[in-house]
Amino acid sequence: MKKYLQVLNVGIQNTLAYRLNFFFRAAFNLIPLAATIFLWRTIYAGKHDGAEVAGYGLAQMISYYLVVSIVDALTAVNEDDWQIAAEIRDGLISQFLLKPINYLAYRLVLYGAGRLVYLVTCLLPLGGFILYYSGSLQVPSDPLIYLCFALSLFLTALLQFFLSYTMALLAFWILEIDTFVFILFALEYVAGGHLFPLDILPPWITAALIYTPFPYLLYFPVSIFLERTTGQLLWTGLGIQGFWVLIAFLVAQWVWSRGIRKYGAVGG
Amino acid sequence: MNPKARNPETLSKRPPRAERPWRRYLTIYAALWQNSVMRDMQFKLNFVLWIVVELMWFGLQLTFVAVIYSHTDRIATWSKWEVVLLTGASQFIQQLVHAIFLNNIVGLSEHVRTGRLDFMLLLPVNSRFLISLRTVDLGSFVGAASGLAVMGYACHQLELVPSIIQCVGFAILAIVGMLIHYALMFLLACISFVSVKAQGFVWGYYNLFNIARLPDSAFQGLFRIVFTFGIPMLLVSNVPVKLLANKLSSPWEIASLLLMGIGCYLMSELGWRYAVARYTSASS
Repeated sequence: MKKYLQVLNVGIQNTLAYRLNFFFRAAFNLIPLAATIFLWRTIYAGKHDGAEVAGYGLAQMISYYLVVSIVDALTAVNEDDWQIAAEIRDGLISQFLLKPINYLAYRLVLYGAGRLVYLVTCLLPLGGFILYYSGSLQVPSDPLIYLCFALSLFLTALLQFFLSYTMALLAFWILEIDTFVFILFALEYVAGGHLFPLDILPPWITAALIYTPFPYLLYFPVSIFLERTTGQLLWTGLGIQGFWVLIAFLVAQWVWSRGIRKYGAVGG
Repeated sequence: MNPKARNPETLSKRPPRAERPWRRYLTIYAALWQNSVMRDMQFKLNFVLWIVVELMWFGLQLTFVAVIYSHTDRIATWSKWEVVLLTGASQFIQQLVHAIFLNNIVGLSEHVRTGRLDFMLLLPVNSRFLISLRTVDLGSFVGAASGLAVMGYACHQLELVPSIIQCVGFAILAIVGMLIHYALMFLLACISFVSVKAQGFVWGYYNLFNIARLPDSAFQGLFRIVFTFGIPMLLVSNVPVKLLANKLSSPWEIASLLLMGIGCYLMSELGWRYAVARYTSASS
């Protein structure tokens, strides 16, 4: 356990070097966020007062995008997948095979360190932005909601990590993983709820999406926080999310064990 | 001195190269194209996959438009197919920027970091020309064509038949839009001369591309002013499309796009000169 704490420490030190990059990334990300909020405002302004879009009032729609950016800041994989792929490609991974350390756990801790540093650096731009819109932000009052949100957030982080980790391991077989990462990212972008809340889609699409892993990469914890997923659906959702995390973990382990057999230690 | 150079006959037959620089640059650019084609064809699968990725992103943007318009008839003054036309035009402009400039500009910070920029500065051509146009990304032309196709379909839905003047005007304004994207991105890349850690900056530009495809009248206040007269993202695709769709409220919109184009280019040239003057060469 102690060695992983050391990894966490080193990870934080290393990512701190990129704090300026993180800061600007967080600030840049606010531009499309503000634009989307503006767009929805104009749409609501064109309707009668108190109009709703699929059950979303204007304040709740704005809240949706604000909570999305919080969940995204807390869970999105940053450079981890590129780094893993580079370590495999350049043969650097050999050293981990010789050390008494689990590579998946090692990368997971580094991912955690990256998120911690990102959270601190984005606190100012994102926090200021949310404060500016705090009049529209709807927060739940029931403490149980917060608990479920935290649990779902944790599962989302694990799912994000395992998926990216598995994609990065493709580097055992192919040289450039970029295209595959981007295809996954594109799917996640729309089916995960980045662009719009998934429950404004036609109901049968939303109902079908709930069984895929994508909503659990972003949309699900957000919908818990906004109290749009409640009661029985909430517990079923958490169950499905847990199921996908487990599957993603098993697939990651399986791909790793296959990849390691294929591994040729280039340059080492 | 070389006796040949003094011979008046050779001089009259072959004017010195400096007199026809555009021809020389055309030859160089043709060679660069040839290089890029050869490189792209080495990795055929990768080439095809990138086209798929780009088409997917375009599909996502259209999905976004479709989903939004399933809940509303208008965004301010823009109807559904007008926004589809705008999305197609942004795709067209953005993909051409990708094809001609993007990879080169992204590569600039790497050249600065490794010190490879030295060699480019030493070559007997205009350095900015070489850095900006060194490689061509052929796959993005497919993306640009998909943008045009969607524009055509949107025009059909709008029962819009643009005149030749409108089409030519669109082409010219779209080129100005591309130059604005290029100039701003280039300016952003110049920051990497000041700090090598600033490599991620150019990627931040993707966020600006995202705004360029949104209808201008959805925005008001400070946001509208900043992204019209500061960073003219709400002009680059909006103005050409408004010309096509007879939506221009005054000729001033065209004038502001042209003026902002000139302004952005001048800014990027100033930034470039300032940055190169400070260049210290990393590794040598």
